[in-house]
Amino acid sequence: MPIAQAHATFKQESHMRTRFTVNGEAREVEHDTRTTLLDALRDQLGLTGTKKGCDHGQCGACTVLLNGKRVNSCLCLAAMHEGDEVTTIEGLGSPEALNALQKAFVAKDGYQCGFCTPGQIVSATAMLEELRAGDPSFASASLEGEMPLDDAEIAERMSGNLCRCSAYPLIREAIAMAAEVKS
Amino acid sequence: MTKTFRMNEAQPRLLDETGQGIVGAPLDRPEGPKKVSGRAHYAADGLPEGAAQGVLVRATIARGRITGIDEDSVSGLEGVIGVFHGPEFLRNPAQGMAGEAPVQPGGEVHYHGQPIALVVAESFEAARDAAQRLVVTYEAEAGVVTDPARSEELEQDDPETAGDFEAAFAAAEVTLDRSYTTPAQAAAAMEPHAALAEWEGDELTLRGALQMLRFNKEELADSLGIPAEKVRILAPYVGGGFGSKLGIGPEAVAAALASRTLGRPVRVVMTRQTVFDAVLRRTETSQRLRLGADRDGRLRALSHDDRVSNIQGEGFAEPVSQASQFLYGAEGLSFAQTLARVSRTPAGSVRAPGEAVGMLALEQAMDELAEMLEMCPVALRLKNLPEKNPMTGQPFSATRLGDCLREGAERFGWDARKPMGSRREGEWYVGMGMASAARSNMLVKSAARVRLSGEGAVVETDMTDIGTGTYAILGQIAAEMLGLPVEKVEVRLGDTSFPGASGSGGSFGANSAGSATFLAAKAIRETLAGRMGCGLSELTLQEGIARGGNREVPLAELIEEELVEEASVEAGDTSESHFSSGFGAHFAEVAVHAYTGEVRVRRMLGVMAMGRILNEKTARSQALGGMIWGLGAALTEEMAHDPRTGHVVSRDLANYHVPAHADVPGDMTVVFLEERDDMANPIQTKGIGELGISGAGAAILNAVRNACGARVYDMPATPDRVIAAMEAAGF
Repeated sequence: MPIAQAHATFKQESHMRTRFTVNGEAREVEHDTRTTLLDALRDQLGLTGTKKGCDHGQCGACTVLLNGKRVNSCLCLAAMHEGDEVTTIEGLGSPEALNALQKAFVAKDGYQCGFCTPGQIVSATAMLEELRAGDPSFASASLEGEMPLDDAEIAERMSGNLCRCSAYPLIREAIAMAAEVKS
Repeated sequence: MTKTFRMNEAQPRLLDETGQGIVGAPLDRPEGPKKVSGRAHYAADGLPEGAAQGVLVRATIARGRITGIDEDSVSGLEGVIGVFHGPEFLRNPAQGMAGEAPVQPGGEVHYHGQPIALVVAESFEAARDAAQRLVVTYEAEAGVVTDPARSEELEQDDPETAGDFEAAFAAAEVTLDRSYTTPAQAAAAMEPHAALAEWEGDELTLRGALQMLRFNKEELADSLGIPAEKVRILAPYVGGGFGSKLGIGPEAVAAALASRTLGRPVRVVMTRQTVFDAVLRRTETSQRLRLGADRDGRLRALSHDDRVSNIQGEGFAEPVSQASQFLYGAEGLSFAQTLARVSRTPAGSVRAPGEAVGMLALEQAMDELAEMLEMCPVALRLKNLPEKNPMTGQPFSATRLGDCLREGAERFGWDARKPMGSRREGEWYVGMGMASAARSNMLVKSAARVRLSGEGAVVETDMTDIGTGTYAILGQIAAEMLGLPVEKVEVRLGDTSFPGASGSGGSFGANSAGSATFLAAKAIRETLAGRMGCGLSELTLQEGIARGGNREVPLAELIEEELVEEASVEAGDTSESHFSSGFGAHFAEVAVHAYTGEVRVRRMLGVMAMGRILNEKTARSQALGGMIWGLGAALTEEMAHDPRTGHVVSRDLANYHVPAHADVPGDMTVVFLEERDDMANPIQTKGIGELGISGAGAAILNAVRNACGARVYDMPATPDRVIAAMEAAGF
């Protein structure tokens, strides 16, 4: 088979369409079957707030909310998310209208270079919900009952999000501050 | 014509007189809302229409020659556009401030992991697939040395000395002779190295992840063989650097080459694994400390020898004993370095080159000496504060090391420290440790432009903000000087079409770019004083109002057309007449698990004197970050190499352990002591980014010793090493 013709066949087989909701809007992307949710968001939808730090689920910079739960979008294939609801950092607030967590990160200087920051904030958003729902962590004294919002809990639950600038103590102060504002 | 100011003598402390209270204030970063909402655009963010994507291919031999790159092996893959390689390709990133191309090895391979080709495709997925499939054949050299300990290709200068070390050491009443090792380390900035190249005719625009644009522009042009005027680099946001983005890298040159040939934009982002393989690492070190002292704790002899490594052709050697040369002093001082040549990922500057590893050894040795003398470790250091740089005889421009030590001990509750191994809480031993901190301070040639109009002011420089707070502090300096609220100053960075700054590195960015901004704003003040008909010293600018010569005029009325001043600053006589360094003291409390050897840092305190603080909030963040880097060096970070090929084994963030949230206590305090360094630069500042690391890890390791008896000489102090050391100490 001539190469050009082989390419045409291959293209049909290797590309597909997926529809999902991103930040409340219905979106459709045409993508390679191998495309991660992260790359679809960044390169196809232009939502570059979600960052690629390792592409291996080790750093957390690519954290998004998938149907309300936090996931590493680099470990998700776009193809697997037909009909799902995705929320990215852009969906949480804009520079002109920051949400409570985003404001707290600015006020506490819970970031430096800013590269891991969207992942930290999206992860913290879901983490606070997990706490409210009473999901225990390794740091919890008990598997049941109300979970305290103390530094040890936040540290344990945020450990999937690396920050090489090492703003960690300030990130946790920001999360605690935002959680207090909200409650 | 830009005025270049040479720092030849102490300058008036103008920023203490302008009276707005903006400089130093803990203001939020102006770019913060963009960063926290995902709207700050880094090098890899955004793919222009028609852009192709490239993935670098790495060498899989330690050393030798490429005999073939079989483009046919991937040309049949859907979406593959081409395979690029050739004489312009870089072996590794340029060293900091090189200003010229690094080694371009042609068809040679000098280390396992060297980028040797770029596969470009219509999509990232196709490029990645093809990069993994590309068939490359080699002629491998035999007998390649990939283990620095086995290298016989050694370079050694005469030791740097003052006095007679051997005689002083022989005469000392108490002596200590210890060896330490530290492993190779990675900067591991969260943003992988990335470049987006686009040509318009013979002019190249590159969006890059780079720290020093003035130098990077020259390096990129030289690598490509084109005039520097044809190159523009943009890096308004950089996702961390820590030295790893000082010089132009293989990704930038490869992207530029492919883009020029293809006539379309090309983006190249290193995979995390390639970042470990092909970006300059921190060398491993072996160090020997010899201390000799009188019974009362006065140091008589101090020697700090080290052995480091680098690949052939790189001039950089980690300045391991840099701080040891001036921190304490003694009658006899000696510092010898051996550089071993090895076929491994090349070594370069990683945050606080020298102090980051050298202080781990020196400050543990000082702790051990205090034990031998049965002396308080704080008291031992206070006994040995030098009045001048003991190697050069230069007076210190400003030093508050003694105050840092005393203030730190007081605030930390050092009095409550218990004898070794005597504080136990359940299964945990608890202890305290401390260490001094020092990091020499520099001023590097830097230029900036300030514009003032009725609308406000604009600062323009090619300086970068790699998380350090440049946007914040340059805005504060201009606002303070021009009598504007800080919101009325816009700071534009990271564009080589602006005046060339020092770049971010060596903790000199704020000193250098800050001074240039200050001087440009000062020139505008001179013009405004003229328009007010008063002398410069009479002029007051506050909140948009100019006062002077018995007049009060809204600033906007003085400015018919935009006032523009550009200024440049460089080091002068004061850098010879005086020695400038930041100083500090670190204190740590740790818990060590009696049965597993796990170390948990419970709290840390850093007290630092680092000249004028420009923004108390961002400065604190820098200092905290440094202290946590110290924690990583002490406890978790270790780059492992395969001894057969030299390739990096721990080449991702699951295997190279940077500290995570759970490793870092919430109780971390930074205290800045008030200081002005009049000899350092016109704004009396000192560098901040690296002082926080210096000694921080040693304070933790000294606390481990106090807790459980374990003295770990081979870092990091992972549980296996701690347990072995506890057993050796009889615990």
